[in-house]
Amino acid sequence: MKLEVDRERCVGAGMCVLTAPDVFAQDDEDGRVRLLDRDPAEIGDAVQLCPAAAITASE
Amino acid sequence: MTTSVPHLTELPLERPKGCPFDPPAELGTLRDEHPLVRLTFPDGHEGWLATGHAIARAVLADPRFSARQELMHSPLPGAAAMVEMPPAAPGMFIRMDGAEHARYRKLLTGKFTVRRMRLLSERVEQVTTEYLDAMERQGTSADLVTAFAQPIPALMICELLGVPYEDHEFFRLNVLPLNLPDAPAEEQEAAINALGEYLYKLILAKRAEPTDDILGELTTTELTDEELTSIAFLLLGAGLDTTANMLALGTFALLQHPDQLAVLREDPERIDGAIEELLRYLTIAHTGARTALEDVEIGGQLVKAGEAVALSGMAANRDPLKFPDPDRLDVRRNAAGHASFGHGVHQCLGQQLARVQMKVAFTGLLARFPKLRLAVPAEEIPMRTDSDIYGVYALPVAWD
Repeated sequence: MKLEVDRERCVGAGMCVLTAPDVFAQDDEDGRVRLLDRDPAEIGDAVQLCPAAAITASE
Repeated sequence: MTTSVPHLTELPLERPKGCPFDPPAELGTLRDEHPLVRLTFPDGHEGWLATGHAIARAVLADPRFSARQELMHSPLPGAAAMVEMPPAAPGMFIRMDGAEHARYRKLLTGKFTVRRMRLLSERVEQVTTEYLDAMERQGTSADLVTAFAQPIPALMICELLGVPYEDHEFFRLNVLPLNLPDAPAEEQEAAINALGEYLYKLILAKRAEPTDDILGELTTTELTDEELTSIAFLLLGAGLDTTANMLALGTFALLQHPDQLAVLREDPERIDGAIEELLRYLTIAHTGARTALEDVEIGGQLVKAGEAVALSGMAANRDPLKFPDPDRLDVRRNAAGHASFGHGVHQCLGQQLARVQMKVAFTGLLARFPKLRLAVPAEEIPMRTDSDIYGVYALPVAWD
């Protein structure tokens, strides 16, 4: 799948990192999402769990 | 089309007899047929009550619903005195919306990341071991609340923020009334003032001599003393009572479900999933509220501008449409997506800290006391039914 993240929407809750630590990271300074892998095979519930709807996945 | 829905004259809060972990039965019956109903709030406001998981999440994620303090109507009894609140004080960002809220939250999110919180594990382990040692030295019984569940999160949030732990008794006493809506208004006000004054002095001291902790670091940002005092207030209040009640009530729940406790004892690797399930099953921060900024059609109903929607997290987390067989505590289930830390832009900032503390503390407690048990009949455990944070006031336990 193809992933996009919207750092402006991100509220740094960390659910993506908790769910898919190989795909997402948090910026050490402001806690906002960083993508480690834009085209991962698997991200579990990360899209659904993001409280700010900051992650978009497409096939 | 707006259809006829039930109209409650008060928020059901009474737990079923003999089931201290279950939400009021009435909430479940309502949710399954009408996940959004009319509710008369204690201040007389005619608003709504959301009990369904999907609808609660939708309200929390929708910027047309506000968290602003001056628009707030609390559904909790005793909150009538809080009607017509002023706008949130600078820094009190959980009661703000949009850019105003985001400005504060952004200054803090980097300090509560998954990575940073996991780095604290070792320190949480040291602290947990100290309190377990003290329990053992004390004999073969203790009140788990005062001996374990309260001091560990208290010490950790103090260290993180840079609040001297020696003062914890003072602020513990001044945080407690804030979570008890039934506490007399004077008591609430005195607690707010005492804590505010204490934290303001602390901020001034850190401003004069910066320290290597969250509050110390924040004094180097553009935040004013007033803003910093409110932020310290929020973080201290949020970090003390919540995790403490998850530890105590969570232990109570496990002891009352020996089959689930056995699963966890056999396979301690299941702890992460067990914590999510305990968060879901217990939902200690059980009720919140938002207010519509404009007319919003949601759940087939028209919520009008200015109307408040109470959110029952405890009912949402027992929604069978989201969690099959929801009233069963099942540490093996996937409880991801529970609403216990909220949802939307206000979702709990400290949730990763809470997870690390629960993981270390539950693991340590179960490993140290293989024969942990209640020291009194379950019916005698004093439940915190009068607080917006559910839990126990004491948990007498024994071991061999």
